[in-house]
Amino acid sequence: MSYTVLVFVKQVPDTQNISGDAMTPEGTVNRAALPAIFNPEDLNALELALQLKDRYGVRVVVATMGMPAAAEVLRQSLYRGADEAILVTDRALAGADTLATSYTLSCCAKKVGKVDLILCGRQAIDGDTAQVGPQIAEKLAMPQICYVEDVLEFGNGRIVAKRAIDGGYEVLEAPLPALLTVIDSNDPRPMNAKKIMKFKRARTASEVAKAHSNSNYTDGQTVDDELKKLEEAGLLIKEYSAADIGADPARIGFPGSPTKVKQVMSVVLTASEAKSVPATAEGVSLLIHELISDHTLG
Amino acid sequence: MANFFKDNADLMFTLNNLELAEVAKLKEEGYKFAQEFDNAPADFADALDNYNRVLEVVGEICGDRIEPRSRTVDAEGPHFADGVVTYHPLTVQNLNDLKQAGVMGVMLDHKFGGLNFPVSVYTMMTEMVSRADGSLQNIFGLQDIAETINFFGSDEQKEKYLPGFASGEYDGSMDLTEPDFGSDLQSVRLRAWQDEKTGQWYLNGMKRFITNGCAKVHLVLARSEEGTSDGRGLSMFICEACPQLVVRRIENKLGIHGVATTELQYNDVPAVLCGKRRFGLIKYVMSLMNGARVAISGQAIGIAEAAYREARKYAAERMQFKKSIDQFPAIYDMLAGMKVKLTAARALLYETTRVVDLRNGYTHLVEHGENVSADDRAKQKYYNKVAAVLTPMCKALATEMANQVAYDAIQIHGGTGFMKDFNAERFYRDARITNIYEGTTQLQVVAAIGGVIQRDNDVRIQELASLDYTGKLARLRDTVMKLHARQLEAVKFVAEKKDPAYHDLMARSLVEMETYIFVGLLLLRDAMKCEDRAAIAERFILDAVPEFEKRFMRVTSGDVTLIDNKRDIIDY
Repeated sequence: MSYTVLVFVKQVPDTQNISGDAMTPEGTVNRAALPAIFNPEDLNALELALQLKDRYGVRVVVATMGMPAAAEVLRQSLYRGADEAILVTDRALAGADTLATSYTLSCCAKKVGKVDLILCGRQAIDGDTAQVGPQIAEKLAMPQICYVEDVLEFGNGRIVAKRAIDGGYEVLEAPLPALLTVIDSNDPRPMNAKKIMKFKRARTASEVAKAHSNSNYTDGQTVDDELKKLEEAGLLIKEYSAADIGADPARIGFPGSPTKVKQVMSVVLTASEAKSVPATAEGVSLLIHELISDHTLG
Repeated sequence: MANFFKDNADLMFTLNNLELAEVAKLKEEGYKFAQEFDNAPADFADALDNYNRVLEVVGEICGDRIEPRSRTVDAEGPHFADGVVTYHPLTVQNLNDLKQAGVMGVMLDHKFGGLNFPVSVYTMMTEMVSRADGSLQNIFGLQDIAETINFFGSDEQKEKYLPGFASGEYDGSMDLTEPDFGSDLQSVRLRAWQDEKTGQWYLNGMKRFITNGCAKVHLVLARSEEGTSDGRGLSMFICEACPQLVVRRIENKLGIHGVATTELQYNDVPAVLCGKRRFGLIKYVMSLMNGARVAISGQAIGIAEAAYREARKYAAERMQFKKSIDQFPAIYDMLAGMKVKLTAARALLYETTRVVDLRNGYTHLVEHGENVSADDRAKQKYYNKVAAVLTPMCKALATEMANQVAYDAIQIHGGTGFMKDFNAERFYRDARITNIYEGTTQLQVVAAIGGVIQRDNDVRIQELASLDYTGKLARLRDTVMKLHARQLEAVKFVAEKKDPAYHDLMARSLVEMETYIFVGLLLLRDAMKCEDRAAIAERFILDAVPEFEKRFMRVTSGDVTLIDNKRDIIDY
């Protein structure tokens, strides 16, 4: 019996390589100025899934919720060895907070069908909330193990995972299906040349439609013909709308997001001079007096 | 976040301007494989896109993974105990990354699980791997062994070995050199004998300086014809690692520490004949060596690229007399000279690989194709001839350049460069072997001089010279073609002298003179395509003129005093 591992990934702005115009004057992220990348810890989750594929022959399905352009992280997943890719995209999903996102992704998981394990990166570098993984688990009533470094055992309806805790690690067992969030603990494999040469042609339906938007179809070929050809070749990235995954319109996007941004502040951190304190009793004493006098202490 | 492809403007320019359309079409046999393999390209744009994408992946692996491990690999190297070689764990990780990226069978056919890429693109990977870790190339580059089996092995041998090479499960070694015979391979003694009843071959003897001699699959040059003493008594064999094949030791070397260089003892090792008897050296090993010479040229250029970048960075950061030292003429003269030499060697390397690819393509077409035309046969013959002269010219230029660039990189670092804390000394040590193995520079000259005297490059020289240059580039072209006229004069002078000793003594100068002309024209061609390259082309040609003249004076002097007085000088 073959297991299915579902990996949720996200395309994020590359906040680790910030340039001068990364923020708009209003204090929001200027997405146009930042390159879009594969969220780093989602790559670790994918790597863990691919290791399970190497060890146990599981089927790896990768899914993302995002703009049509997020298909690129799905292709990158296929280049690394994922078996199937799903894009959940819909204008109605815009503005989702973690509650609406986790609801949408839980609907996506149900749509996939029998899933034995869900892997998520611990958190995305654009929001750093680390809430989406656990919320999906709650909505699907699955046991969850967070901060996972490695899977020690998998099969026979159970999983044994090693997770990081303060000052060490612990080993936990959970029944399947379960959800794990994965930290930066493995070395994601490089993309594979032959898979790149094959899956660079993988497309979503909206990408095909866009490529044909100026076509007058003089060759008689229609978008449907092309989609059919892609599907036969295993190159069609599945694309679902909110309705396709049976999501309740009230629980997705803006309407489904109770989080309200009250104020955005642009905090400018100014570097001040470093000061060295001699490691002597006098040095420490002087430092303490200074901290008391500027009210840092006391 | 380093990418050794995307940060290298020269390499990216080269890939996209090398005009590989004919090469790719031959390699993909008119793109017929696209019907059968879902990763085979459908046309040239598709193929070129594949090359770019895969080079980008290899560039990232080299920059982000391999290079950061290279200092430790150099310091600690492989381990040898009880006849077993164990590679450094970081070397194992490097190879694992490359295997996962699927680039261990780059040139192999689609049907064997390879990428079916041309030599030109493979060599670009070679270059990047070498820039990241010079010693790793000696393992990555052993793909030439699979390629040799692919060219000359039986169908059964191909089926048996090539898929394993493509997946990275098999690694190889080429076992040629013996304790007493290195350059003089035709005297090789390792004995191959055949059991008359079973027909089974066995190998007996010693091999020395064998790169990765702990490999699973060995190509061995051995004497199969009893009573012979020359190259025509040698055949090529395939054998596998087994208890009868003993690794006796690994060498303690100046450079390329990451790879094991071994001494091997063959105690009746079972083997199979690869190709035909007696063709071992004269056909198969010469082909294998020529492939390896291209690869070593790539290795040399990769190491030089690393050394140049280190020197440039250091010179920009190092302040003396309140200025960064790259603002002093003595330093920027060196830096510019390094860059020009590096770019020049790369231009010649990829012109060479393109010709090698065309030779391979037309050879395959002539030997296996249907409806082979007279034109196809003529092209095969032509590219075979040109590849035979460009390959040694290229190896001589690239490997001597790498040594010079690595030397200058230490010089720019000053005392710091002499210290083991910096990378410059490692590049210097790693570069040092490149102009020795796979034939010393002196032997490359022997291999190239015939083609220079026969003027095998003249068709290409005229092609390049007749491109539509204007302005400064046209004037520079005229400068080069004046050198060309004098080269014809020098060649005639030596040929008419009919003195073998004088011919051999002047050979290196003549080959170098030819190289200045040929590379000058290649750089002009590139400058015409990209204006930003004009300054490099100009610098190369203006520097080439006095170098050429110096050699011209020597060659046409008729001076035989060294031939006459050598013992008086050497033995004083």
